[in-house]
Amino acid sequence: MTQLALVIDLNVCVGCHACVTSCKQWNTSGSAGPLFDDNPFTRDPTGTFFNRVQTYEIGTFPNTETLHFPKSCLHCEDAPCVPVCPTGASYKRENDGIVLVDYDKCIGCKYCSWSCPYGAREFDEQQKVMKKCTLCVDRIYDESLPESDRKPACVLACPTSARMFGDVHDDQSEVSRAIREDGGYQLMPEWGTKPSNHYLPRRKTRLNIQEDELVRVDNPLKKEDIRHETSKNVSLDDWLM
Amino acid sequence: MHPAFSVIFLTTLIGVGQGFFLALFTEQSYSAVNLLPAQESGFYVTGSLIALAFLVGGLFAAVFHLGKPSYFITRAWRGMTQWRTSWLSRELIAMPLTMGLVFLYMAFHYFGWDADIFGSPDTTGQLTLVLGGITTVTVFGLFICTAMIYASVKFLQEWACVLTVSNYILLGGASGFTLAAAYAAYVAPELVGFYAGWAMIITALGLVSRGASLFRNSRIKYKSTIQTAIGIRHNKVRQEAMGMMGGSFNTREYFHGKTASFLKSIKWIFLVLVFALPLLLLWGGMDGGKGMLVMAFIIQYVGLLFERWFFFAQANHPQNIYYQTV
Amino acid sequence: MSDTAKVLAEGRTEVKHTTCYMCACRCGIRVHLRDGEVRYIQGNPDHPLNKGVICAKGSSGIMKQYSPARLTQPLKRKEGSERGDAQYEAISWDEAFGILEERLGHIRATDPKKFALFTGRDQMQALTGLFAKNFGTPNYAAHGGFCSVNMAAGMIYTIGGSFWEFGGPDLERSKLFVMIGTAEDHHSNPMKIELARFKRNGGRFISINPVRTGYSAIADEWVPIKPGTDGALLLAIIHEIIKTGLYDREFLLQYSNSAELVNMDENSTEYGMFVRAEVPEEEGCFDPQNKLWWDRNANKPVVCRTRGADPRLLGEFTLADGTPVKPAFQLLSERVEQYTPEWASDITGIPTETIKRLAHEMGIVARDEKIELPIAWTDVWDVEHQSVTGNPVSFHAMRGLAAHSNGFQTIRALSILMSILGTIDRPGGFRHKAPFPRPIPPCPKTGKGWEDVQPNTPLNGMPLGWPADPDDLFVDDKGEPIRIDKGFSWEHPLSVHGLMHNAITNAWRQDPYAIDTLFIFMANMAWNSSMNTDEVRKMLNDKDESGEYKIPFLVVADAFQSEMTAFADLVLPDTTYLERHDVMSMLDRPISEFDGPVDSVRIPVVPPKGECKPFQEVLIELGSRLKLPPFVNADGSRKYRDYPDFVTNFETAPGSGIGFLAGWRGKSGEKGMKGEPNPKQWEMYEKNNCVYHYHLPKSYQYMRNWNQGYLQWAQEHSLTRYDEPINIHIYSEVLQKFRLAAQGKSQGKQPPAHLRKRVETHFDPLPFYSEPLEAQLTDKHKYPLNAITQRPMAMYHSWDSQNAWLRQIHTYNFLYAHPSTAKAAGIEDEGWMWVESMHGKVRCLCRYSEAVEPGTVWTWNAVGKASGAWNLDNSANESKQGFLLNHVISEELPPNEAGEHLSNSDPVTGQAGWYDVRVRIYPAGADEPKETFPQYKAMPSLPGTPKRRPWQSYFAGLFTRKGEF
Repeated sequence: MTQLALVIDLNVCVGCHACVTSCKQWNTSGSAGPLFDDNPFTRDPTGTFFNRVQTYEIGTFPNTETLHFPKSCLHCEDAPCVPVCPTGASYKRENDGIVLVDYDKCIGCKYCSWSCPYGAREFDEQQKVMKKCTLCVDRIYDESLPESDRKPACVLACPTSARMFGDVHDDQSEVSRAIREDGGYQLMPEWGTKPSNHYLPRRKTRLNIQEDELVRVDNPLKKEDIRHETSKNVSLDDWLM
Repeated sequence: MHPAFSVIFLTTLIGVGQGFFLALFTEQSYSAVNLLPAQESGFYVTGSLIALAFLVGGLFAAVFHLGKPSYFITRAWRGMTQWRTSWLSRELIAMPLTMGLVFLYMAFHYFGWDADIFGSPDTTGQLTLVLGGITTVTVFGLFICTAMIYASVKFLQEWACVLTVSNYILLGGASGFTLAAAYAAYVAPELVGFYAGWAMIITALGLVSRGASLFRNSRIKYKSTIQTAIGIRHNKVRQEAMGMMGGSFNTREYFHGKTASFLKSIKWIFLVLVFALPLLLLWGGMDGGKGMLVMAFIIQYVGLLFERWFFFAQANHPQNIYYQTV
Repeated sequence: MSDTAKVLAEGRTEVKHTTCYMCACRCGIRVHLRDGEVRYIQGNPDHPLNKGVICAKGSSGIMKQYSPARLTQPLKRKEGSERGDAQYEAISWDEAFGILEERLGHIRATDPKKFALFTGRDQMQALTGLFAKNFGTPNYAAHGGFCSVNMAAGMIYTIGGSFWEFGGPDLERSKLFVMIGTAEDHHSNPMKIELARFKRNGGRFISINPVRTGYSAIADEWVPIKPGTDGALLLAIIHEIIKTGLYDREFLLQYSNSAELVNMDENSTEYGMFVRAEVPEEEGCFDPQNKLWWDRNANKPVVCRTRGADPRLLGEFTLADGTPVKPAFQLLSERVEQYTPEWASDITGIPTETIKRLAHEMGIVARDEKIELPIAWTDVWDVEHQSVTGNPVSFHAMRGLAAHSNGFQTIRALSILMSILGTIDRPGGFRHKAPFPRPIPPCPKTGKGWEDVQPNTPLNGMPLGWPADPDDLFVDDKGEPIRIDKGFSWEHPLSVHGLMHNAITNAWRQDPYAIDTLFIFMANMAWNSSMNTDEVRKMLNDKDESGEYKIPFLVVADAFQSEMTAFADLVLPDTTYLERHDVMSMLDRPISEFDGPVDSVRIPVVPPKGECKPFQEVLIELGSRLKLPPFVNADGSRKYRDYPDFVTNFETAPGSGIGFLAGWRGKSGEKGMKGEPNPKQWEMYEKNNCVYHYHLPKSYQYMRNWNQGYLQWAQEHSLTRYDEPINIHIYSEVLQKFRLAAQGKSQGKQPPAHLRKRVETHFDPLPFYSEPLEAQLTDKHKYPLNAITQRPMAMYHSWDSQNAWLRQIHTYNFLYAHPSTAKAAGIEDEGWMWVESMHGKVRCLCRYSEAVEPGTVWTWNAVGKASGAWNLDNSANESKQGFLLNHVISEELPPNEAGEHLSNSDPVTGQAGWYDVRVRIYPAGADEPKETFPQYKAMPSLPGTPKRRPWQSYFAGLFTRKGEF
């Protein structure tokens, strides 16, 4: 069975928010839209976004890591938000594992969002229904798009290609390989939700310099041996017979 | 969590309604075995109407918990479809069912519909007894559904506990019996002692149960940490930016926005209003003092509003780990 | 069926190509429209720059298009209202042009210097510069002077190229990448693409920066450094590399002036100049190969680059005539002797061991991980090479190095470090982008004196140029400035991008003279683009005793209701980038790639809103009305219908075949780079993703400073005037010429007495470290901290607070401070605080951060706004909690021995010293208002700006129809 998901590579995410607004622009005018914005030009602007990028600091100066952390719906294999929905508006698709909300069935009780430990769902204060990442379900199967474009908007946008998209149940997929080989992990594994989205950790490249690498026969300084003038000082040469 | 007034009123009002029905039916059951004096049907009819009023009030409050009130007409029916998995769906079934049964209970009493279904002509009100029994089951079912909506959310560790269920039952029951004591003071003074006594007992049990959950919740070890939330195993992790600055659903729905000391004072207020004062007033009203008993109910109900606010506010959702700079 | 479902099913959709302009990166975009409204802006996968990706800003273009801050009508300040009050009445374009034609016509006919044109990040300097030159005013510049001119000048005067548009790190093949002092988004998407690929390929990424954000976040190692001390670090690294012999000797010998002999005779007028052999100079040759080497085999001087000679890099020698000489590299080596890692450690705050290790890492990777590509090429000395080799160490730097008054020499040091590692235009190192490399210095020169500024006559010279010696300066007989910004004067001789940051102050003080009309395009000089913003706002509104404004007429062209528009006498509404034609021209700053020249265009995807008019059209119209030569026929009639027509048909000289666009030239578009105008050129761009990419043959892609094939190609295609080698200036004779003038040792132009010492000090032919000027003049005990800004990746300068989506990400800003620094000052996390310099103070919110060097505080730039500006509500967070650091940064230095009103800029280039400011911090009082200080009288919505929506649910195809806009 297919489980579509994102794999997010924290090793290369620079926190540019491209995924945040590309998601917004695609989805506000798409089948998941419109996405509401409140106070767009006054105090405390707020709005419905399916994806956010957060920033964390790890450690203390000077050993500080700055981590940019994109977060959207993780499309859990065992999605706790789905069974709690009283109307069946929240559902997980059999064929590809995408967790969706049917806006026409949603009564806006927000109970599903309580049942998501990740805070992945956002309530649309205008339409009064619960909304969430759809993995751009209106792009990825659209045969009018070139195949290379049949990806979520955030994946297409990401300048560092920190977002990979594919079937995590297919061992041969790019996402499965990345999870397997680059230490892919899940968020809050303690709840048993089995998130489909995975994160790849930071990986460091170091250079170890050996002492002898600094000493080489071809050191260019050797070509600059300044010829010294003959010494004018008295030396043993002047004394020894 | 951010306490929603719709849900605070919903749960407290139906709690009163359910508890009050239980008080009515207890009287009928006791009287059937002659433990208490029998009452005229008017006692039950008026009582059921009062219970129904509280239930309807709760339902009315619930409408405002929907995204739009219009969804109550257009979409709420769908809410009954997912009873296999959703406690909320079950509640949406149990609530109208309970209300319907209470209504029938009232109607049967009002019209005096009765039949000898146990072949025992000495016992009156057999039909209403059966009906009341069934209603009692649904009332308890409704208590459980309502409580389980919260207790089943494993992510909210303050709620995910059997004490949530016992609290809802006992606090609903207590407020219902307190109301029944006040009701009896007006229409059946001989029952005041019975109701007030039980109200005190249930209130005291409620205190035990609620106290236990307070004790438990003060010692919760949260399963999720910032380390598990973002997958970074370092003991010093600090959030610098949440990804938005003007707030979002995540910051509005899950944060009460009040200080810890405010929360603490709410706790003491509800402990006094729900338990201490009503116990004193019920004790004082055992001899049928209407004022004391009415006061006991009003104070206890107001206390329950505080208690429910606290119930929501105290619950700490793991998603809040991702929103530390609120 | 709901409205949205209906539009989804039935909406008419189309896709158009153009070029993004949400920042200066210029990515290719596909704009998807539905029923004429912008539905989705996608990165164009077929575009060489961004390869399909797009950033947060680019993805939010929709909200810029439908911003309530959009100006839609020409506006005239109401009679009797004050500048800054933003009281306007709408007028027609006819009236606006009439006012301008009359006023500017008079100025041009009488005293053209009284017209000053300064532009922001406009990407059309080829046109604005052409207009200014032909108007005849010396007073023109774009934003470069307050942006990163040090980066351009420091590198171009050393290696003939620079970063970003001009060149960059070859991360495809690099193994070690060092980013130093780089803002979050300079070379935004391409840098992100390459950085990710580099890391995935296992490259090692080191970031040197006082702050760890953005790109630095994903560095393998973060090296925190104190602001303004990068020069010390770089010089210490050079010291260590020379000391350990980790430099690329062969590269330096052949491709730089390292081995060339410098005259060391202090009594000679040629002191510090290269000794030249008596070989005949070739005609037109800019850098003749007539200098001397000291051949180690023959142990005597030979003409440089004599085949078979093996010159000395170190040593001191005496010529036959007794002249003492030293190779340039010897001088460098002597110079850096004092710059030990231990010395630099104290200054930079970086441990000595780290500095040494950085040097060793660079040197060892460069030496031991050489790349050899099987690409045969021939150098300018006719030597055939079977392969291209490279040392895979690369660098990227930007404003963090540049925006200091010691930045020029710091960047000289960086260029020299890159050169001694042997990484210039080689695989894995630094690579040029056409039209670079250019001669050192490039050929264009400004006017040289008042005789070049005449009424009704184009300026004799370019508005901006590249001085090669003191005689190229634009000064009067006394050596005093001719430009209002004092560019190309002795105060800032190599101010190759001008000093826009001093234009208003100088015009207000009428020093060097009074002007009449100041024309500002797309620069927010009343806010984030000015230093000393609070005072500059007063200057803009200041009047003399007779009640006349000190700057009599102020014209602002902008698409949005910026803070600057409030001060204009006349406001001209520009279009958005989605509504106009534009060119990213080879004559300006194209978007070339390493493998060849690239230029691109914008083609409108939606019609202009209201009466918005592209600024280019305004210039064409004004140029035609004022009868500026390029815009009119011989009979004085208008030559070009509109801007697209101009772009198609304009040639730099009649028949030159060079125009604004390099692609599809020739009658039917068969020629590239050069060729007669092609009437269908725009269509061909449109059909080709709006971009023209000329792929150089592989053998022309490397070593271009010395690549015979490339240089000849570049000359044939008019990218450069010469096909001579562009040798690296380890030792800068150009600088020495200015120093000799300052020492009174040379003929020709001489600096005024008060500037002699300054010029002598800073025009050092070898890089040196000195504390930034402002720090030298500050009581550092009173103001112990550095304060800097960084640009967030999701916003471009002040442009995006009007953007409903982007402002949700940054709606106000904090001053970030290390907890120990803030706590020592008694400031709480998220508490209100003051940041104060000797110039001013600002109340702001503090935020603790472990990712900042404790001697530094910083904030995101330009998030804070003036109340009401950008058509935000007065209560908007931007003006209540957000703040602008510019209030504590001065455009002028405190008076000192070099003068009373000297720009707070690099004394060589005039680069604004944004990051030199020293501050102290302390908590705000409990009784103070919980809002930022200073506050300004709220700016009203200007006439014609769209309604400020209380909420929105954008859905393309429904938005306008539903009346939400």
